[in-house]
Amino acid sequence: MRSRALPIATALLLVLALWYVAAAALNWTQANGDLLGTMSLAKPLLPAPHQIAIEFWNSTAGQRIDSKRSLVFHAAVTASSTLVGFALGVAIGLLLAIVLVHVRVLDRALLPWIVASQTVPILAIAPMIVVVFGALGLTGLLPKAVIAAYLSFFPVVIGVAKGLRAPDQLQLDLLHTYDASRRRVLAVLRWPAAMRFLFPSLKVAIAASTVGAIVAELPTGAESGLGARLLAGSYYGQTLQIWAALAMASLLAASGVGVVVLCERLVIRARGGRL
Amino acid sequence: MIQRALPILFGVAVLLLWQAVVVLFDIPRILLPAPTEIFAALIADPGTLLADLNQTFFHSTLIGLAIGCTGGFAAALLIDRSPFLRRGFLPLASLAGALPIVGIAPIAVMWFGFDWPSKAAVVAALTFFPSFVHTIAGLDSVGALERDLMTSLAASRGQMLRKLQLPASLPFLFAALKVNAVLALTGAVVAEFFGTPTVGMGFRIATEAARMNIDRVWAMIFVVALCGSGSYAIIALAERRFAHRS
Amino acid sequence: MSDTVVEARNLDLAFGDVAALSNVDFTVARGDFVSLIGPSGCGKTSLLRVVADLAQPTGGTILVNGTSPHAARLARAYGYVFQAPALLPWRTVERNVTLPLEIIGLPKDEQRARAAQQLDAVGLGAFKRKFPWQLSGGMQQRASIARALSLQPSLLLMDEPFGALDEITRDGLNLRLLRLWEATNLTVIFVTHSIEEAAFLSSRIVVMSARPGRIVEVIDSDLPRGRDLDIRDDARFHALAGRVRTALRAGHSYA
Repeated sequence: MRSRALPIATALLLVLALWYVAAAALNWTQANGDLLGTMSLAKPLLPAPHQIAIEFWNSTAGQRIDSKRSLVFHAAVTASSTLVGFALGVAIGLLLAIVLVHVRVLDRALLPWIVASQTVPILAIAPMIVVVFGALGLTGLLPKAVIAAYLSFFPVVIGVAKGLRAPDQLQLDLLHTYDASRRRVLAVLRWPAAMRFLFPSLKVAIAASTVGAIVAELPTGAESGLGARLLAGSYYGQTLQIWAALAMASLLAASGVGVVVLCERLVIRARGGRL
Repeated sequence: MIQRALPILFGVAVLLLWQAVVVLFDIPRILLPAPTEIFAALIADPGTLLADLNQTFFHSTLIGLAIGCTGGFAAALLIDRSPFLRRGFLPLASLAGALPIVGIAPIAVMWFGFDWPSKAAVVAALTFFPSFVHTIAGLDSVGALERDLMTSLAASRGQMLRKLQLPASLPFLFAALKVNAVLALTGAVVAEFFGTPTVGMGFRIATEAARMNIDRVWAMIFVVALCGSGSYAIIALAERRFAHRS
Repeated sequence: MSDTVVEARNLDLAFGDVAALSNVDFTVARGDFVSLIGPSGCGKTSLLRVVADLAQPTGGTILVNGTSPHAARLARAYGYVFQAPALLPWRTVERNVTLPLEIIGLPKDEQRARAAQQLDAVGLGAFKRKFPWQLSGGMQQRASIARALSLQPSLLLMDEPFGALDEITRDGLNLRLLRLWEATNLTVIFVTHSIEEAAFLSSRIVVMSARPGRIVEVIDSDLPRGRDLDIRDDARFHALAGRVRTALRAGHSYA
């Protein structure tokens, strides 16, 4: 752990330094050649990192949580559709994976379409899903969650299906000698073996789900959510607001991944240190 | 033979069922147009379709993809020379790959204008990180035995790279390309939601959806899907041709 | 109880065009330690798998404990030890041993008691909380033997269980296995390609030849019970090993 801290800190510092240089260069004309001025413009082409940090602080700690100007409020809106979509996507993904592994015909017939479904940039459908759901009288969280779910089910199907097939022939033979039922083989062998594949899939899924929830807010004309905040910022050229929203979105995605990593650690610990 | 036909049979069955359900239950076109209606919308206005395709796929997507992939690859080659920097940047890049990078679309518009360069920039940013991470993994995938062999032959760094590391990382590069092909198209389409000249597949989808011309939306989605699957298939074919099995 | 545990007549087994077993007659009496020895591809593992109902013969008849192999498997009449330990890496050693007991639905404390008993028998009592990957290869294979014995079968089927281990570990495990067999009324069928191992362990040695797999000769051992590793320096041991070697060579000229 400690051997990684130093290189990562160095890399972070390098990125920050480059950022300042880029900010100075990009904002040079706007600040009329005043170097310090490049760091304090109201609508800079590229805000300096500390400007983003200040804006982030002002729009989180500086606002009441239920205020429309609070990033926490917008993040909560996006987080709720992310989580509902993630839960939905994972449930569908697990179910499909189990079916694919146990029914050969479906594996042959469905798998190419599941793969093809992801070569369809599904976010492109977002506006339509919103319209279709709207026509059915469903608005708000559900359409966004569906889009997030569509993005997150795929890594789960592929990863878990691979994991459920991971046990080798010896282990399967072993359970065969015990005359174990298919359900039993799933419970004691396939599912535990799939853990190693489940967690990487979940990390991808939660990240995809976050992107899905944010993008789904764009065409809905939503007034709340990080996507809406990005869109509003871009209308009015409020670069600081955009970057602060981006920072919050990144924080949201990163903490989602962080929670998955935490769960993974717990499972690893329960297994004596190995997955 | 039957096994190969199975997915096709399944697809045809779904299409037939779709058509039957729409016709039989008289489903409003707003909810779900029949496949035949979508096909009609697809061939109704080839001029607009080609213009959209040209803008979003042949400019934003492909150019952005080329820049992002080469950029990530080059950056990985550079950083591979310093194990210290590699250990620092690899976790950052992996994390960046999980962040909602499409969100920079409004900023790209401010920097590069409304036309395709801003979309290509978003695509480049999106595809950079997978390319970087996969290339590093590929360069790292060389076994200790092979490395020792090259060292015992007193091979130079360049020889080590050309004769050992690059061939070994081919499967990883193709994996990155596959991920990126889909990512790039998504990014190009979504970036157009943040403003675009009145052309492009994302623009078309958004405006036709707002006008409730759902058959045209589906037709455009079909085209987008075709582009996505098509690029994926081409990369998969190239992989089968060039990458050794591992 | 009948005195014959396994009785096969005119057994054939083919994978497509390839005959793995051809016209095999094979009998195992209760309490025997029978080794199947032969070159790779002689069908010795296939024969064991037919006994275990892991492979279906394409011809002939076979009875295990007087019933079909299928019925014997459903009755959990045998324990099977594979070439590799095949332990589940996410379960502790103890929970690996209780796995078959969980599947037949024994009460928890009974499971634990039996696991403790079998782990003690293979000398792993102190390691039950460890995970498989924290054990050496030999210890892992001992755990897998304890697992096979936890069902308290009367028949133990072993498919080159020590093939992947170093010779010193293998000697130790062979002695342990021999003592275990002598202390119980287990019947063991043991697949190996080591002449020494077969000669040291067995009460009968079945020599097989390849392509198609068939039985060349059945050799009864005249070595005493309670033998020690030192017996390998004995003239009787050399004579026995020599007979096996001659039979193997004879079998080779068939092919």
